[in-house]
Amino acid sequence: MSSVIIQVAQALLLLFLAPLASGFVSTCKARLQNRRGAGVMQPWRNLRKLFAKDVVLAGHASWIFRTAPYVVFTATVMAASVVPALLVDTPLSLTADVIALVALLALARFFLALAGMDIGTAFGGMGSSREMTFAALAEPAMLMSIFVLSLSAHSTNLTTMINHTLNTPFALHPSLAFAFVSMLMIAVAENGRIPIDNPDTHLELTMIHEAMILEYSGRHLALMEWAAMVKLMLFATLITDLFMPWGISVQADAAGIALALLLWLLKLAGLLLALAVIETGLAKLRLFEVPEYLSGAFVIAFLGLLSYYMLEVGA
Amino acid sequence: MSAALIQQLVDGLAALMLLTSFALLAQHRMLSVLNWFATQGLLLAVTAAVVAYGTDNSELYISAVMTFLLKGLLLPWLLWRVIRQLHVHREVEPLMNTSLTMLVALGVTVFSFHIIEPIERISQLMTRDSMAIATACVLLGMLMMITRRKAITQVVGFLAVENSLFFAAIGSTNGMPLVVEIGIAFDVLVAALIFGLFFFQIRDTFDSLEVDAMNAHLIHRDDDE
Amino acid sequence: MTMFLATLLSPLIGGLLLGVIDHPRLAARINVATGIFTFTFSLLLAMQVLDVQSLDAMGGWFHLDAYNVFLVVLTTFVGMTTTIFSGPYMRHELEAGRVDSLRLRLYHSMFQLFQLGMLLGFTSNNIGVLWISLELATLATVLLVSLYRTPASIAAAWKYFILCGMGIALALFGTVLVYFTSSSVLGHGNAALTWTLLHAHAAELDPAVMSIAFCFLMVGYGTKVGLVPMHAWLPDAHGEGPTPVSAVLSGLLLNLALYALVRCKMLVDDATGTDMAGHMMMGFGLLSLAVAALSLHKQRDIKRMFSFSSIEHMGLMTFAFGIGTTLSSFAALLHMTVHSLVKSGLFFTVGHASQAMGTQKMSEIRGLIRHHPGIGWGLLIGTVAIAGFPPFGVFTSEFLLFIASLESYPWTTLPLLAGLLVAMAGLFRFVQPMVYGEPSEQAIDVHVNMLPVYVHFALALALGLAIPAFLAGWYEQAAALIVPLAPAGGGA
Repeated sequence: MSSVIIQVAQALLLLFLAPLASGFVSTCKARLQNRRGAGVMQPWRNLRKLFAKDVVLAGHASWIFRTAPYVVFTATVMAASVVPALLVDTPLSLTADVIALVALLALARFFLALAGMDIGTAFGGMGSSREMTFAALAEPAMLMSIFVLSLSAHSTNLTTMINHTLNTPFALHPSLAFAFVSMLMIAVAENGRIPIDNPDTHLELTMIHEAMILEYSGRHLALMEWAAMVKLMLFATLITDLFMPWGISVQADAAGIALALLLWLLKLAGLLLALAVIETGLAKLRLFEVPEYLSGAFVIAFLGLLSYYMLEVGA
Repeated sequence: MSAALIQQLVDGLAALMLLTSFALLAQHRMLSVLNWFATQGLLLAVTAAVVAYGTDNSELYISAVMTFLLKGLLLPWLLWRVIRQLHVHREVEPLMNTSLTMLVALGVTVFSFHIIEPIERISQLMTRDSMAIATACVLLGMLMMITRRKAITQVVGFLAVENSLFFAAIGSTNGMPLVVEIGIAFDVLVAALIFGLFFFQIRDTFDSLEVDAMNAHLIHRDDDE
Repeated sequence: MTMFLATLLSPLIGGLLLGVIDHPRLAARINVATGIFTFTFSLLLAMQVLDVQSLDAMGGWFHLDAYNVFLVVLTTFVGMTTTIFSGPYMRHELEAGRVDSLRLRLYHSMFQLFQLGMLLGFTSNNIGVLWISLELATLATVLLVSLYRTPASIAAAWKYFILCGMGIALALFGTVLVYFTSSSVLGHGNAALTWTLLHAHAAELDPAVMSIAFCFLMVGYGTKVGLVPMHAWLPDAHGEGPTPVSAVLSGLLLNLALYALVRCKMLVDDATGTDMAGHMMMGFGLLSLAVAALSLHKQRDIKRMFSFSSIEHMGLMTFAFGIGTTLSSFAALLHMTVHSLVKSGLFFTVGHASQAMGTQKMSEIRGLIRHHPGIGWGLLIGTVAIAGFPPFGVFTSEFLLFIASLESYPWTTLPLLAGLLVAMAGLFRFVQPMVYGEPSEQAIDVHVNMLPVYVHFALALALGLAIPAFLAGWYEQAAALIVPLAPAGGGA
């Protein structure tokens, strides 16, 4: 029973901390750039403002345009709720398969792309085509790096993988290092951060994610933006679960959960700070260089696979 | 340090060597090529030192220091000086685009693992896992030589092959005898010096360091070949 | 022991000395003197080896047996005659402005250092040192190929450097693999690379590793031998360098590479007990013969044409060593000797011819026998010799090779014969108008020193008519050494 409560609490935590996480990244970037920034709570304020506003629809918008925000939001939140953050073994843990996760995110992306094309504006179509091109390259890389991790755990279920990592003694595995680097590169690409996409830009010709939601307003826009924030939170939690799960609670007792919560927040903060540093330090890649970046991530993940077979099997 | 930790260290270093070989293939700028090449030399020296510690082989320490001085410092410095004096165009355009080169490189790595695996099983040494990686690095260096247009990056590919051979020697045999190692290092140094001289000759005669410019002269030389 | 040291020190001191002397005439004389000294010392050394079966020098680091002693003498002899030839030849080049005195200094010192590398390689007992000396010899000649600083020569030197460097890197990998398996038998350290010990324990080496090692060694050293398809550097390098360099490259360096290959084959044969090595060598040899014979016809430059002839003959020798019987090995050893002599003599002649005519294009060289009868006759006799006409030595060795192939692999005799005939046709097709034909206007007078050429041809003739007893003895001993312990495969 308590694990069900924790499962629900986990999902809600992810949902409501997501805007704070996004605000945290923006504040770190602002401080690094010698500005004060709008504050960590600004995304909350934005969402509240947007929910209060009216929705303005184009005359020829189809049902896809109207339902896409709900589909995207629901799919992303479902994916996020399945990822264990505080407790390893939750009632939904059987469905915590990484491939299912990727599938849910792909569903969200599919509807997002359709919504971008629905109205028929140039920018929307441009954003959708870019998004799908990069997704076609990023997804194999992500799956490859996940496969590398699942090789030693012999399963793609997140719970099994976390248990395996917790139970095996720590060792310096090149395959994990490669998979980690690859995953970081993919996470940056999937969340539309510099060096792939600038989330703060107002120049439509350089947009990828923003271009697809350009036509949205009111609560639709709020849902889309919230979904993007949840996605960032999801990827950060996924990375901590796969590569540094120590501290996560194995039993549903209060002390363990509290410790797990604290450690999880700390790890997230570390990852988000690193993201802010990367965003400040690097310049956005030109569009034709992005496939190189993504294939580089794929190659690194593949190298992880190769080094697993070459160095770690039968060693 | 326990034997298991040394084994893990060597494995990690081997993986990093493989990474540097891939990175060399992916670079566009001449200076970053040289930096990765210097990193490779440094990794070699560290590997030699680790294996020397693990097998209590004092000759290998000397080899490690020699490798660091020669391949980590001297050769990159020589090449850097040549680049500066020749004002070489910093961009390097490969024959195939980077993504395709990467895929071919992955295929080459899998292939070399396949052919070396039966040999690895015979070996008793702690460094045996790195033999396949060393072979892969040799073949990747050759790939770099084939797919580059500028003479300097071809030479870096050649030197990367020599690095990988040294790595193969450490990995398969815990180091060749010192006399042979010194001789090989001397050969590499003389080769690098001659290459340096060559670049100036090429530049003076052809006004560019593109290999195609040189080949054009040879193609006209002989008809119907 | 002292004689051995003297043989090695002579080119070393000569090379270092020539690096500092700036006076062209004096340098040429010192070059010749060094060549004569080296040759004399090596003769005395050979006479020492004549008494004993084999000789170990410097604590086992160097080893002289029947296989390499005559090669050492051959190297120093051809080296000596080349220095005699090169004196007036390079002086003419200096006057014509194709080289300056600084480059001449480089040429002289590199020539002797090349000689040192060759001798180190032939006498080394350590396969690692063998590799190092082969690389040293290559490096010494790279700068010499580009001596004239023409675009084509620089391009040729670059190709030479890259391709041979690649080949030699592969050979090093093969050597590492050999050390890998031998270190488990002979222990880590220099003993595991010592050829005599390896040969004695060859049966204990792992067959799978040795097979893979030989693949790398075959391709690696085969690049240096000039076997097809790794031959792309050879016509350019031999065609663009100064003639003395072409002569020693064709006549000597290819021999060293083939020697290294055969030493490795001896190890692999006893390790694997199969004919894999021999079959590989036969395949590459036949391919080289075929491609070279056909490519010969398309050449326009005289030096390139003769360098394809070198490829063809190295292919023949590789094929002969690959067959692996006593007779074929004897033929191959004899062929190594006479080919060096005749080919270097031919290159001397060609050098003079191109100097006289001012060009290397065969279409512009005509009627040599009218204006320069020495050169004309030399070219004619040399071509006759290299094409395999009796009574020259090349005919003898090729004839023995035919018998050997008929005995072991009869179906290869026909391709052999066809290849030789095609090559012969190509040679004569080009040489005949060059020697006879209407003399062209641009012929100039050159100081021609044809004595080395005639000495070479006379020796080749002598070897064709009657091989001296001690030499035949060495060939037989070496052939017995080369033949594997297990019976070589019979063909049909």
